[in-house]
Amino acid sequence: MSKAETDGAITTTQPVKFYQVGSFAVGNRLVDPSLRTVQADAARTNAITSGHRACQGCGEALGARYVLDAAMRATGGKLVAVNATGCLEVFTTPYPETSWQLPWLHSLFGNAASVATGVAAALEVQGRNDVRVIAQAGDGGTVDIGFGCLSGMFERNDDVLFVCYDNEAYMNTGVQRSGATPPAARTATTEAVGREPGNPFDQGKNLPRLAMAHGIRYVATATVADLHDLEAKVERAMDFRGARYLHLLVPCPLGWSSAPADTIRIARLAKESGLFPVFEAVDGEVTAASGIRRLVPVEEYLRLQGRFRHLFDSSGAVARTDIVARLQKLADANVERFGLLQPEVT
Amino acid sequence: MEKPFAITLDVGSSLANKTGSWRVERPVYIDRLPPCNDACPAGENVQGWLYYAEAGEYEQAWRQLVQDNPFPAVMGRVCYHPCETVCNRAQLDEAVGINAVERFLGDQAIEHGWSFEAAPPSSGGRVLVVGAGPAGLSTAYHLRRLGHAVVIYEAGATPGGMMRFGIPKYRLPRDVLDAEVERICALGVELHLNRKVTDLPVTMRDDGFDAVFLAVGAQLAKRAYLPAGDSAHILDAVSLLHSMEGASPPRLGRRVVVYGGGDTAMDAARTARRLGATDAVVVYRRTRERMPAHDVEVEEATDEGVFMKWLSTITEVDEGQILLEQMVLDDKGFPQPTGRFEKLDADCVVLALGEESDLSLLTGMDDVEIADGVVQVGPDLMTGHPGLFAGGDVVPAERTATNAIGNGKRAARTIDGWLRGETPREPARHELASFEHLNTWYYADAPKTERPRLELVRRTSTFDEVVGGLDETNALFEARRCLSCGNCFECDNCFGVCPDNAVVKLGPGKRYEFDYDYCKGCGICMVECPCGAIVMEPERA
Repeated sequence: MSKAETDGAITTTQPVKFYQVGSFAVGNRLVDPSLRTVQADAARTNAITSGHRACQGCGEALGARYVLDAAMRATGGKLVAVNATGCLEVFTTPYPETSWQLPWLHSLFGNAASVATGVAAALEVQGRNDVRVIAQAGDGGTVDIGFGCLSGMFERNDDVLFVCYDNEAYMNTGVQRSGATPPAARTATTEAVGREPGNPFDQGKNLPRLAMAHGIRYVATATVADLHDLEAKVERAMDFRGARYLHLLVPCPLGWSSAPADTIRIARLAKESGLFPVFEAVDGEVTAASGIRRLVPVEEYLRLQGRFRHLFDSSGAVARTDIVARLQKLADANVERFGLLQPEVT
Repeated sequence: MEKPFAITLDVGSSLANKTGSWRVERPVYIDRLPPCNDACPAGENVQGWLYYAEAGEYEQAWRQLVQDNPFPAVMGRVCYHPCETVCNRAQLDEAVGINAVERFLGDQAIEHGWSFEAAPPSSGGRVLVVGAGPAGLSTAYHLRRLGHAVVIYEAGATPGGMMRFGIPKYRLPRDVLDAEVERICALGVELHLNRKVTDLPVTMRDDGFDAVFLAVGAQLAKRAYLPAGDSAHILDAVSLLHSMEGASPPRLGRRVVVYGGGDTAMDAARTARRLGATDAVVVYRRTRERMPAHDVEVEEATDEGVFMKWLSTITEVDEGQILLEQMVLDDKGFPQPTGRFEKLDADCVVLALGEESDLSLLTGMDDVEIADGVVQVGPDLMTGHPGLFAGGDVVPAERTATNAIGNGKRAARTIDGWLRGETPREPARHELASFEHLNTWYYADAPKTERPRLELVRRTSTFDEVVGGLDETNALFEARRCLSCGNCFECDNCFGVCPDNAVVKLGPGKRYEFDYDYCKGCGICMVECPCGAIVMEPERA
């Protein structure tokens, strides 16, 4: 048929770069092992092993394993983790059991960044530059209680990757509002009552942008829904020395009143609606953003979560169009600010 | 052992905590039936052979394919591909070009001379197949592989049946057909040409057969009475297409009217265009929606300049002109005359009103029921006469080569069972893997690769093959567009997304298993499985 093709019939020039599941799945039998995720590897660290007491479908258990397994690979297994108080600490270490498969320290709720600074300094003194340090905390231990220590660690540019597993409230103690709780969300301390039910608008803190304002080397956001992106960011973070910050959205079925099975789906919708922008910044400037692949209105994200149920009627239709419109505006602003609908530059 | 201050217990692992006891629902791996497999009249395991093709293992893919259908190169050209019609990928971007990949595999087999695995020595029965068309050859192939001796009696001088005499060369080059028929014969099938069976009971008795598969097809054109002048030029589509196999093509004239609405009508009209007709008009008494021709055939004909005249019947044929009456559809969808007439110039009228079987060989077999001109059979394709089976165009079914090949496979299985005195078990069918079972987020976007088509000018003037083949790169790309609906293809998603490390990876080709000691039953694996191969089942109390 070469004649027909050269005569101008339809010719096909697509290169074979496509696999059944492209680059979105964890692995694939047809993809070179080096292009699969760390999680696809049967020999992954499993930094948090089975038997931990996280709830069914816990996004934080998943996120922490993703981050630490990737960091373990990036550092050749030479890694120390310092943990703030929170779900992650509680469900992994009920005395005398532990789930951790790496050196792990816990001190107080608010001082994880300072403890990590100390660990890094001690390693420095011993000349062990090969051993790297990660500090990790929930959003409470990061944006509220631990913020002073964290800001100091950023300012001193200590050689620590600080990871915030953001489930948007104090889940361990019974779902109280934190500085990372989104507007309109119901928590135990922001009940769904009154003219503006749930958490008030125009409050709280945007920690990734605060971290960037410190001018630290590397700041990134990610979700548990895009493993390739998350692992690439952890690996990149380990390439830098000095203070680095990773902010990871981890849905919480308990606190968000969502189905445990929907944890990853909800994280994906947070990104695809624009409510949670996924980007990275080097030296205080945004250098890349993950574009939206299938744009959805914010209500598709909100509808799956009981903490936003007061925005809908019993049939699932939007009842508080005014509030949903304000949330949509926040999403639209993110789309605008980070250029989330522009074709990605590779 | 001496313990530090305030420490009373040794360090323990959380593995002591069997969180599986929390579970109220458990995930279970299942296999669902992909729509393509479900729709294939030839019973192909489409997804099964695409699986190998995706990895570039073309010979393996071809071997999987021919487990069910010995005619991939033919089918890759002439099948109306119901598999693509139901392909779930169509709801994402476009259906996977299954037919194109099938053809690629078939052509690879011919190019590289791949042959079937040797059939076992004949140890079972001796079966007569009457007719070497798609149904007969398919049955012969499968019976031979099941260890039976097979003899084919073919009335004509060449094998292939309607694949040769009903399908024009521009759709199916004859060397392709010959290669695939030859491969079946090489399996040890005894093919007797020019051997017309005129009295089946006598043949069965005298030649010593244990069972017979009747697949004489439908070769006689149906006629309709048309008032016609002496010099009116009327012929039927079957003989038109048949005569294309001879040395001198028939003369049709410049303006050709084809009467009928099936695939044969499209073939006749397209053949007329190639024989020099400037106007080829298909006259059909009902509407496009009610036309039996398949969409792809109508589209290709229209592309080549064939005109369609809907809701019209021919009431009179004269030299150079015909008279049409306009019709309307009544409430039940039947065409009714309107009394309005129009004239249409026509040098020749080709009747494509369907075909009938010549069943005279069954004369005297009172236990074989014939109704509406076709042989009545049970689900096992056996007639009322013990040991006499029938399939293809002689039984009530859609008259396509694909369906005939499927009939052949089914008949071979039931004949085998009958000869052994067993009832063959129908393989259990899994639940259908419909689109809502998929999580399509994980599939990369990739449009279908169109097979190159001969440009219009060339294809209306020559009998060169119209649809080209894919090259290796495109075929691989196309195969990889398969979503593997309903069956695990080892993407590692379940293994990666479990918050409790409760999925065990068993290694390439072995899939995964759940570790129910720790699985909490959250169901993330089920939701994030791209192909719908996990279900949640309630735990027993």
